[in-house]
Amino acid sequence: MYAGPVQDLIDELGRLPGVGPKSAQRIAFHLLKLPKEEAVRLARAVIEMKERVALCARCFNVAEGQECGICTDPRREHRVLCVVEEPRDVVAVEKTHEFRGRYHVLQGAISPIEGIGPDQLKVRELLARLEPEQISEVILCTNPNIEGEATAMYLARLLAPLGLRVTRIASGLPVGGDLEYADELTLGRALEGRREVGA
Amino acid sequence: MGLYRERGIVLRTIKLGEADRIVTLVTEGHGKLRAVAKGVRRTKSRFGARVEPLSHVALLCYEGRSLDTITQADALEHFRAVREDLGRLSRGLCLLEVVDSVVQEGDDDPRLYQMLLGALRALSAGEVPLLVPAFFWKLLAQQGFRPSLDACATCGAAGAEALEAFDPGEGGVLCRSCRRGTRITPDAVALLRRILGGDLVGVLAEGASPAGAELEHLATRAIEHHLERRLRAPGLLDPVLSLRREGATAPARGRGS
Repeated sequence: MYAGPVQDLIDELGRLPGVGPKSAQRIAFHLLKLPKEEAVRLARAVIEMKERVALCARCFNVAEGQECGICTDPRREHRVLCVVEEPRDVVAVEKTHEFRGRYHVLQGAISPIEGIGPDQLKVRELLARLEPEQISEVILCTNPNIEGEATAMYLARLLAPLGLRVTRIASGLPVGGDLEYADELTLGRALEGRREVGA
Repeated sequence: MGLYRERGIVLRTIKLGEADRIVTLVTEGHGKLRAVAKGVRRTKSRFGARVEPLSHVALLCYEGRSLDTITQADALEHFRAVREDLGRLSRGLCLLEVVDSVVQEGDDDPRLYQMLLGALRALSAGEVPLLVPAFFWKLLAQQGFRPSLDACATCGAAGAEALEAFDPGEGGVLCRSCRRGTRITPDAVALLRRILGGDLVGVLAEGASPAGAELEHLATRAIEHHLERRLRAPGLLDPVLSLRREGATAPARGRGS
């Protein structure tokens, strides 16, 4: 349809998640109008990311180099481990500024219906970390959906005999939400996990 | 394009785009149905938790060109006892997988919904050892794969004692001279006759037995034979012990990403 290189770019952009043919076309023409330096900067950012970023050898978060910034940071509490599904979840937990320990990224969740079992996740690697790093608490921070809960229950059973503290993140209402629209399961758990209010 | 109300059990969900999901349900009036639930992956979604697998929900949907859209959802039952116990969750998910893979979209037999709902309620209420095999066989029968049990499926020879093998390809039990497939004990044949012959309630009240385990294995084989692929859910949450043993003796560090 368009001159070769433009059409190639539109096709490539169209493969990105959430980008349809029309958006791809719009982005391509935006890039076409851009000064050369700016377009090259974008291209270089993509290349650099692919060349320099890999998975952390210890926690499987995205990392620049062998280990990620959190694993190499000496100020982090090293005996508490927060187990999450995806690298994006690490960022979500980090934003809270409530957690000072380290992470372990499973790279997914157990999904019996999709046929994803513990073998396809970084579960063995998690077990292998516990002793050398003298972990005393594992926080199961998987999504509160059926896959995440199955993963958390599976890990809880796996870790129970090892004599360390295993906790699960609480379930409750989102700040700014309406009680009226909360589903019964969440509201029930929120009630169950209620806390004494200090005067 | 119209709005309609429906009740259903969520079988599976697939992520769609940024925050949506495609939900597969077994419904009362529309049989197996796929519909889009918009925005349910956001934390503040007003019905996110309700359209999760294993939920029994009341829905308001509107018809779309290819997929319908769920506009409202209200939970009828969560089966919390199933969700919060690894063993029961594993069995519950087996039921969902089998229904999802065996039943074709558009199959609007209302018995499917009733069967699955009944099975999940039973699973939620307590330990029912024979639930999974009974459900698998009932589903196979409903789908048109009712095995022949009274006479050899190949040569027609009758006589309960002489029937000693089961082959899903032949569609039933086989006599000694025609035998192939898997061995089956007379106890298991008798149990299967009761499951398919109207004594389901009696069977479900019984405890675990070798015949029950045999029937579960045979049902899985039969389903896999008809699907021409392996089922995924059975046993996936079970081998906790095997993984731990392997992990303890041979800590596989830094396995490829």
